[in-house]
Amino acid sequence: MATTHTQEQPGKKFSLDDDHVVVIVGSGAGGGTLANELAQKGIDVVVLEAGKLHTQADFLADEWASFQQLAWLDARTASGSWRIAKDFPNLPAWICKTVGGTSVHWAGASLRIQPYEFKALTTYGKVKGAALLDWPITREDLDPYYTRAEKKLGVTRTNGLPGLPGNNNFKIFHAGATRIGYKHVNTGHMAINSVANDDRAHCYQRGFCFQGCRFGAKWSTLYTELPRAVQTGHAELRTEAHVARIEHDDTGKVNAVLYYDAKGALQRQKARAIAVAGNSIETPRLLLNSHSAKFSAGLANSSDQVGRNYMRHTTGSVYATFADKVDMYKGTVMAGIVEDEARHDTSRGFAGGYHLETISLGLSFYAAFLNPGAWGAEFTDAMDQYARTAGLWIVGEDMPQSSNRITLNDTLKDQYGLPAADVHFDDHPNDVAMREHAFKQSESLYKAAGAKDTYRVPPYPSTHNLGTARMSENPEDGVVNKHGQTHDIPNLFIADGSQFTTGAAENPTLTIVSLAIRQADYIADQMKQRAI
Amino acid sequence: MQTKPITLSLEREHARPMQKAPISLTRRALLKGTGVLFGTLAVSSTLALIAPSRVWALELKTLNEHEGKVLLALVKRIYPHATLEDAVYALVVKDLDGKASGTADVRAQLTDGIRKLDKQAGGDWAARPVADQDRDVAAIADTPFFQTVRSTAVVSLYSNALAYAHFGYGAQAGDGGYLYKGFDDLSWLPDPPEQDSGPIPAN
Repeated sequence: MATTHTQEQPGKKFSLDDDHVVVIVGSGAGGGTLANELAQKGIDVVVLEAGKLHTQADFLADEWASFQQLAWLDARTASGSWRIAKDFPNLPAWICKTVGGTSVHWAGASLRIQPYEFKALTTYGKVKGAALLDWPITREDLDPYYTRAEKKLGVTRTNGLPGLPGNNNFKIFHAGATRIGYKHVNTGHMAINSVANDDRAHCYQRGFCFQGCRFGAKWSTLYTELPRAVQTGHAELRTEAHVARIEHDDTGKVNAVLYYDAKGALQRQKARAIAVAGNSIETPRLLLNSHSAKFSAGLANSSDQVGRNYMRHTTGSVYATFADKVDMYKGTVMAGIVEDEARHDTSRGFAGGYHLETISLGLSFYAAFLNPGAWGAEFTDAMDQYARTAGLWIVGEDMPQSSNRITLNDTLKDQYGLPAADVHFDDHPNDVAMREHAFKQSESLYKAAGAKDTYRVPPYPSTHNLGTARMSENPEDGVVNKHGQTHDIPNLFIADGSQFTTGAAENPTLTIVSLAIRQADYIADQMKQRAI
Repeated sequence: MQTKPITLSLEREHARPMQKAPISLTRRALLKGTGVLFGTLAVSSTLALIAPSRVWALELKTLNEHEGKVLLALVKRIYPHATLEDAVYALVVKDLDGKASGTADVRAQLTDGIRKLDKQAGGDWAARPVADQDRDVAAIADTPFFQTVRSTAVVSLYSNALAYAHFGYGAQAGDGGYLYKGFDDLSWLPDPPEQDSGPIPAN
């Protein structure tokens, strides 16, 4: 078990009037990492986390109960032609409201975005209906930070750490993948300890990665970055602190954060700089809800790009049934990857690439997500074969579209009376073509391993939410610059996946962490120079 | 699907260890309830191993016995599993009864829906031939009544210790991890080469 625990750190307390602190909104992969990186440099930070503290001992081996414990269930709506809007109209995303954010729930896949993907517009050319852009940074710019992030997260197959041992689900995946000719198939680059490392245990193949890792084998800011930040004496973590609004002074610089505390009382924390890391739905919502006389369209929104270009990866699952037992739920959920399709090759009929990764669901969520709304004999036949079922997940690059966006709901309010977020999404034809290709390849993969039936499963509520405050070279094309600093307001930063200029084909957390490490260096430098 | 399956309140029962009877027969329950459903687990049932008794009973708080029986029959047609015990289906009835107890609208929706099914059958819908039941169910699939029953069932039916045992899901038994308990015990395919997998930690 991890030796550092958030709740055991008494730590430093900062006054609400202390205007020299950096306030970080959100304690997940972006916010939690930024907090620790700044605190390690001696910079004082206050982390405001909307969720409660749930520790490793609190985690539940029960999908629905855990979902109630960890998921962000505040009011939200979904619209657009994606199926989620029909099946789960109040649950566009499956992300967390808990200390550690979605780093508690993530599966641990840690991949570097490929060099060509940082240059999506240059590589793919103009794609009709897509708001493609090159990132203002290159892979070479980010590589040193990827190296630091891989070390921090203890990513398998880096820094001499072995791969995770493959489980039953992986055995089928590997056999099928290699039989149809894939060459790069392994148990992945996972931020899950294959050996004890960094004061955390190795993985015990529990299979509840999505429900929080009880052993702490999977990296989460909950039991790494956050307690370590607090330990420095330069960081304070406030839980159940729901940020309502960011305020600014007459010059347009941000200077305070208004939040509801655990008792529902409104508090104002002054700040020297503010970094928002609320995930790609809450981050733009907060910027939009912070509109003022000076910034009538919301903060940092002179480009009108806040909330736009929402991406969620082109996903989907294929499950396959076999004559013999599989027990896919046993063991690490996502330790299995095919890398061969993660390339730009338009002969397949689409731009960009995708990965195939193993996935498993418990019986409860398999029933909920296999074919939402379905009933009758076809559905129950699939359920009857649960123990003989294997599964994988598709994660591919989706096209940024200006009309895919987070907006404020006109009528629906959250528990504090604040306008809720609406998440609008339509698939781009490129997304549809990629998903179809991936579905076919996945079916071939499982048939090659001896599958009886295969099931195409529609995308789950989004776990990879990206792009709604994107990085751009030119201020009119995006919300932040290459350091995650907003183009409009120099002491306002975005520290989560909202920054992504394009989605790439990789699970985003490693990049979010790398950007946060890089941003911490930049903020420290800017503070030293008194630029902020 | 409507919005509700995600925000259902959970029966703590789901989290209890398997030793405990999911549905118990007690004299006190008999006296208090508005209706009671009874059943017996099949002799061959694997569930008999984890239940304290082969006899099960469900005390209803709001619905009457007939209404409970019709709902049980309805859920069995919505999610037909040839060998799944009625005791598991009864857990859905229990949750529907619980919702009806909490909300007058749900109670009215359920009793009205049941009344219409009975009318269709010219009597007790639960006793209607399965083929006729299936036709009736298909005809109401777009109604709010059906959606309430279905959306409750898809959660309740597959999220309890009896269902986990029936369908073969480890659930809480996996809380300590499968590293030394069969996470890689599949033997009908070759093991992947070492470089694509990884070593099993020694301790």
